[in-house]
Amino acid sequence: MHEVGIMSSAMTAVLAEARRRGAQRVHRIVLRVGTLSGAEPDALRFAFEIVAQGTLAAGAELEIDPVPARARCAACATEFDAGAGLICECPTCRRLSGDLSQGRELELARLEMS
Amino acid sequence: MGQITEYKDQDGDIFRVIVQGEPPAGAAAPATRTIDLTIPLLEKNDRRAERNRTFFRERGLLALNLVSSPGTGKTALLERTLDDLGREVKCAVLVGDLETDRDAQRLHRPHVSVAQITTGSACHLDAEMVARGLEALELDQVRLLFIENVGNLVCPASFDLGEALRVVLLSTTEGEDKPLKYPPIFKSAQVVLLTKIDLEDRLSFDRAAALENIRRIAPQARVLALSSRSGEGMAEWYQLLRGELLAR
Repeated sequence: MHEVGIMSSAMTAVLAEARRRGAQRVHRIVLRVGTLSGAEPDALRFAFEIVAQGTLAAGAELEIDPVPARARCAACATEFDAGAGLICECPTCRRLSGDLSQGRELELARLEMS
Repeated sequence: MGQITEYKDQDGDIFRVIVQGEPPAGAAAPATRTIDLTIPLLEKNDRRAERNRTFFRERGLLALNLVSSPGTGKTALLERTLDDLGREVKCAVLVGDLETDRDAQRLHRPHVSVAQITTGSACHLDAEMVARGLEALELDQVRLLFIENVGNLVCPASFDLGEALRVVLLSTTEGEDKPLKYPPIFKSAQVVLLTKIDLEDRLSFDRAAALENIRRIAPQARVLALSSRSGEGMAEWYQLLRGELLAR
């Protein structure tokens, strides 16, 4: 349910960026969303419809670029993708790692405007 | 690295933007432009959280963010902790709920400053609510601040409050596989407490399986099993808190 708040701050940034560049319309918005960010892509899409209404970004396409979780192994320094169920077990030495190097991203990544 | 620009949002807060691939100055702007950006969507919360963290550090306060599903026993854990430890170490509590101040009433003790944050419809506490809640607390001599988050195992994962430790509770009534179903919150925990272990036998709860699930999802976390009702495991919890206070 916090996706509305997240989309509102995304929209603030989108509109600031679009206005600053003198854009009349925003056509496409790309977000980078980590699998461990706690934000649900479907809920973000739903929230986007609401917060974009009546703005330069109304009707824009929202693309969500998922960022997989990755971890670092404390023993052998290998960086690896989290496995099934987001369990981070090092493929070389089988140790579990809680040291995440990516997967919590929640970012506005790209805009298409005219 | 791209060009860095600062913006002000409606609240007058400044956020930073890194822009890559901007068309060169003087070039005719194409009909449709594509720009690459890196704008963290929770930057405003993260900045407030950092401000809270600095405030806690400067006052020598250990701040804990207690997160769990509703009904895991966060308030019961705090009631017992305030009774057992509250006279030895001065404590304060910020408690978040959608409505009512029932938890604040339950936690009310003459020796403890308690403030309730009612979030209305918000499903989590954010750093700004905590900053405002702090103004309502008497923090003189306080060493331990418990922030009892809204009962929710999803949304609070995304919001840093400025805490030193995130404590995630899992109760025996929820089943052994909860960590596997809600990885983000468990992966963000420094401490995981398995609560209501006095009910273990009646529920045929498999403690070893639960601990193994926690370890696989959250190998970084320290894990304790306890019961606020029977008192089992509470000494270890207080030991953990004392150790953290000494380390500060």
